[in-house]
Amino acid sequence: MKFKPAHELGWKELKPGYIIDDPGNSIHYKTGSWRSRLPVWDYSRCIKCGICYIFCPDNAVIQRSDRYFEVDLDFCKGCGICARECYTQCITMKEERV
Amino acid sequence: MGKVVGMEISIAAAEAVKQCNVDVISAYPITPQTHIVEKLSEFVANGELDAEFIPVESEHSALSVCVGSSACGARTFTCTSSQGLILMSEIVYITSAMRLPVFMILANRSLSAPLSIWVDHSDVMSIRDCGWIQVFAANGQEVYDHVFHAFKVSENESVLLPYILNIDGFILTHVVEPIELIDQEIVDKYLPPFNPPYRLDPDRPLTMGAYGVPEVYMESKMAQDMALKNAFPYIINAWKEFGDLTGRYYNPVETYRSEDADILLVTMGSMGETAEVAVDELREDNIAAGIVKIRLWRPFPYEDFINKVSRAQILVVVDRSLSYGGPGGPVASEIRGALYHLDKRPYVMNFIAGLGGRDITINDFKEMIDHAIKNAHKSRQEDYILFGTRE
Repeated sequence: MKFKPAHELGWKELKPGYIIDDPGNSIHYKTGSWRSRLPVWDYSRCIKCGICYIFCPDNAVIQRSDRYFEVDLDFCKGCGICARECYTQCITMKEERV
Repeated sequence: MGKVVGMEISIAAAEAVKQCNVDVISAYPITPQTHIVEKLSEFVANGELDAEFIPVESEHSALSVCVGSSACGARTFTCTSSQGLILMSEIVYITSAMRLPVFMILANRSLSAPLSIWVDHSDVMSIRDCGWIQVFAANGQEVYDHVFHAFKVSENESVLLPYILNIDGFILTHVVEPIELIDQEIVDKYLPPFNPPYRLDPDRPLTMGAYGVPEVYMESKMAQDMALKNAFPYIINAWKEFGDLTGRYYNPVETYRSEDADILLVTMGSMGETAEVAVDELREDNIAAGIVKIRLWRPFPYEDFINKVSRAQILVVVDRSLSYGGPGGPVASEIRGALYHLDKRPYVMNFIAGLGGRDITINDFKEMIDHAIKNAHKSRQEDYILFGTRE
């Protein structure tokens, strides 16, 4: 079934009670625009422990092929949990401007 | 014709719920609802009814259990009154928005304070806009019959809405009346098994009660409103089918001697039966009085109601609850709204009566009619009177 974003759905298209019978469709709901601060890694201090990956509430921390971590800009809401939990404090939250 | 027995109405209601072969019952005891749930727990304990009886610590939990079980596809029943309804009200709105056909009997009782266990309609009016199908019964037979109607309508795949059956506390719940029981084979013919199009199932995952972003929230509310309005023909058809099987036909708006009446009492619940006696006596005095009894409160049967009252000069609307500092009684304000667009409309006089269990007697109705005849068109239509209150 082709996913339709919320702002395109008409009332007649909704399932009874706004049931969602398309599991995992939150992948289509991009939350990156909520962000005002962006986590930035200092890889000279990163030990690749993955605590940022584990704590990210939105699976927005992803691991690169060189085993370092970075952020998925489509989903990171800028909550700062990764920076707070980082053992070496190598993540800083930088203000983002449009 | 089924067997006629003398039975307390609460017990008859429990008997009907048993005959509907419910899967889950969850409730918390509160006067005057108690006998219904007590009897059902007895049926389950004795093995007469194969259902889960889930005792809980509050009404909030009771309806939450019902939401969960209905979501799994179980035929679900709960029952409460007054403060219990208020405590479960958070979940009341969720049940209808999630389109779960839970059936609730509400033994109507006034709200505290002052503490009162006796009948009025302030409990149900507090959740008037909850999106459930809402029906009022006037006597024991209607209570018994509407249990079957409730499951029939609400579980229909084209309806999928919860249903509240309002029965006046004590006046109905605790009174023994002759009840014509329906044979089980007729019940089974009338009521198909509950087979919802969506249910919680690990093999077919889905999300119920998801977050609705502002971009879709209004569409979801439009769909909910349309679902309740579109339930109307299914409600009517289910009454028709019930009538064909049992000989007892019901309508969204019932009338009594209304065809040639100049002045109509508008009632809901058990008071309509007392009003019949008052109207008979008034007719002997050559007063052309009649009654219009609202059975279906939500979805409100606008067209049917207007057809049945538009000929009259005066409507005397008797409300059993009060909207403080507002338009008086919720029924009267509903009716004033319904009549507003008519070029020629009856004068609406609103009495608030029978709060906190005060009896509404035959003479009370006659006094209301007398007052209305003398004072209609003199006072503002939007006024209301708390009938019989002392200074």
